[in-house]
Amino acid sequence: MGRKCVHCGEDCGPNPVMWDGKPFCCHGCKTVYQILNEKKLDKYYEIQPMSGIKIEKADVGNKYAYLDLDEIKEKLLDFSDGDISKVTLFIPAIHCASCIWLLENLHTINPGIIASNVNFPQKKVSITFNNKAVSLRQLVELLVSIHYVPEITLDQLGNEKKSNSNRDLLLKIGVAAFSFLNVMLYNFPEYLPGGDQLSGLFTKFFGYMSFVLALPVVFYSANDYYLSAIKGLKHKIINIDVPITLGIFTLFIQSSYDIFTGRGIGYMDSLVGLVFFLLIGKWYQSKTYRALSFDRDYKSYFPVAVTVIKEGKEETIPLEKLKEKDRILIRSSELIPADAKLLKGTAEIDYSFVTGESLPVYKKAGEVIYAGGRQVGGSIELEVIKPVDQSYLTQLWNQEYNKEKKESELNNVINKISEYFTIAVLSVAFAAGIYWLFNDKSLALFAFTSVLIIACPCALALTVPFTFGSTMREYGKRGFYIKNTDVIDNLRKVDSIVFDKTGTLTVNRSMKIEFVGEKLNDEQLKIIKSLVSNSSHPLSITIKEYIETGSVYDVENYKELPSLGITGIVNGKRVNIGSRKFVTGKDDDNPVSTNVYVFIEDKILGYFKIENQYREGLKEVIENLKNKYDLYLLSGDNDSEKENLLRLFGSETKLLFNQSPTDKRDFIRKLKKQGKRVLMIGDGLNDAGALLESDVGLTIADDIYSFSPACDGIIDSRKFFILHKFIKYTYVAFRIVITSFVISFLYNIVGLSFAVTGTMSPLVAAILMPISSVSVVAFATTSVKITSKRYFERA
Amino acid sequence: MSIVILLAIIGILVAGGFLLAFVWAVKSGQYDDTESPAMRMLFDDSKPVENDKE
Repeated sequence: MGRKCVHCGEDCGPNPVMWDGKPFCCHGCKTVYQILNEKKLDKYYEIQPMSGIKIEKADVGNKYAYLDLDEIKEKLLDFSDGDISKVTLFIPAIHCASCIWLLENLHTINPGIIASNVNFPQKKVSITFNNKAVSLRQLVELLVSIHYVPEITLDQLGNEKKSNSNRDLLLKIGVAAFSFLNVMLYNFPEYLPGGDQLSGLFTKFFGYMSFVLALPVVFYSANDYYLSAIKGLKHKIINIDVPITLGIFTLFIQSSYDIFTGRGIGYMDSLVGLVFFLLIGKWYQSKTYRALSFDRDYKSYFPVAVTVIKEGKEETIPLEKLKEKDRILIRSSELIPADAKLLKGTAEIDYSFVTGESLPVYKKAGEVIYAGGRQVGGSIELEVIKPVDQSYLTQLWNQEYNKEKKESELNNVINKISEYFTIAVLSVAFAAGIYWLFNDKSLALFAFTSVLIIACPCALALTVPFTFGSTMREYGKRGFYIKNTDVIDNLRKVDSIVFDKTGTLTVNRSMKIEFVGEKLNDEQLKIIKSLVSNSSHPLSITIKEYIETGSVYDVENYKELPSLGITGIVNGKRVNIGSRKFVTGKDDDNPVSTNVYVFIEDKILGYFKIENQYREGLKEVIENLKNKYDLYLLSGDNDSEKENLLRLFGSETKLLFNQSPTDKRDFIRKLKKQGKRVLMIGDGLNDAGALLESDVGLTIADDIYSFSPACDGIIDSRKFFILHKFIKYTYVAFRIVITSFVISFLYNIVGLSFAVTGTMSPLVAAILMPISSVSVVAFATTSVKITSKRYFERA
Repeated sequence: MSIVILLAIIGILVAGGFLLAFVWAVKSGQYDDTESPAMRMLFDDSKPVENDKE
């Protein structure tokens, strides 16, 4: 173990980069330290030691040249007035207090920056700057130089700034709370012994006051419920909001009637209390993970601008202006934005994000390269053959899927219940009304409205938000982030689970490696490490990390032969490392693993056998899911791993190999046609179509803030081993919902017994309604807390 | 007893004042981010001031 890097805290290895007597793991980290030290910002390291972010390549070059384009600037800036501009950038790297401190002290690094403000939960920084002193491009490059790389995507450019619905909800809650507390105060004397002897003046005054205070609650705070009820009725669905709306209006009309005819003070306290509790439930449910993005399409993955070559000159244009036949220049580590034909250079395309495959694909001039890959070699020139939005993969990610339909299916258990509920309540109300019509006419209308009032399904409506809202939080604590609470119910209904292989069941960029052949001695190991250290090929890196020896030799005559291997003279000996064909001269015999052969001086020593590594706990996860669900596996790879997988999945499972992204999507479609409810678990963009098509699509991500395809939930890859628990816990959550329903029904029966006998007083309503709401909420949240603790922490 | 009415009116004015303060706080974005200010207040003021804002 070497020392820890002062900047990022990573192990520096045996040869740390030293500066100012402090060790650094790489030059990048040292440079950031130097910048901060120079500007006397080294307090950064005091707030939270080793808080920096490591970035291997800090070379920016012309990458951000597009930020000089006016049309892009215009879209990106929040506003620009004269010299002053303001921009908000999303920086996924923001993670600690030091980040906030540094980013808010940017003005000490560059005086052109006037002020900056970090929004921590959203991982955003708003920067106000003088655009004469510092350009947007320089600003972004400055952030990159201190390793806070902003994520600038097409997506942000296209969208108008979203209105802040969170603020609206808060305001509604504020208004409801204000009215609730005051109206409660006015009604309270009525409930005390002797309250009915209050002078008429008070009753009238308090009655009018409660009426006035209830107005904004009924017509402002609660209006979302009416809209939703109307929307439901339009689609011929009686959703939970219909009985709520019915209850609110009956309460309001009955109370207003009581107040203005001087009969009493009405039920305004129950009414505003009800709305207040409902809104709290809504707020609790809506607290989602704001820094996570679940609705990404290709736009957030693709670059904002590309370099085109026009008449021999390089020019940066926005991606949306890219046309067919354009000649584009793709530099190292840039994305191919559209299907294109290779004109010049050797393409070495890393499709790891698209297909999950970590080994780059080589292409020769004249071949077609699909959009979505990342060039890892040198610069290449391409001719665009299809517009961006019609490229093979973008089309798939972009497919229209019927979101409306997906949503109306949601909540259907609750909708079913509320449908029966509404019908039952209405019939009880009519029955009571008709009964009293024949027995005591004066009570008929009162009994009718009392039933509607007391049966208002406040507790019912709160059950789901609080149960599923708490479940979502418990999931979040354990590394499973879902888009909204509807996902829980959908996940429960699933009966088939489809897994992607590469990157989902296997660990991305992590390989199982062993050497087959005679045992290597220390010198040979050192020689091999020396040679592979020169190459950036993933296999070389894997081997390099596998060999533990410290120092390396210098390499002479180093040469890299694309798709074959590497060669050079190390310590006076010729060394070849690479494919079987390259090292032994014989053709590949289609082995089940990736083999890298080694030749030193005069003989072939053997080969490194490199295999995919399966995720930890995979066996347990599959075992636990096997009995209850139909399991399928779709892999874009060949079937070299079939034996291993068959053992895991058992014979009844369907293993499909060589599946293209379209095949995957069609497979899900086929399952759904058979009436199955499908959960798709994938990781890369090649699964994007399938994820959209499935009933529930989950992505596995190493870094939850980095790009992931559109999905319903993101699972932290380190938590894969409890996947089955996440899925099965939905049953527990559902049972809690049902139990809460039962509790609220019991309250309703008590309430109804008052209502149908015509003896319901405001006092009964004022006690029964809040108690039922509060107890249901308390039951739902605490039981989720207790059960999830037991469920997830059980071995 | 009619003093109660006066008290009720004063009460609603005071509560109304708090409601307005809340509305203002929400509208000015103070509830948009409830995490960073909690950390920000812990930073010392001894920032290296090299360039004062104009």
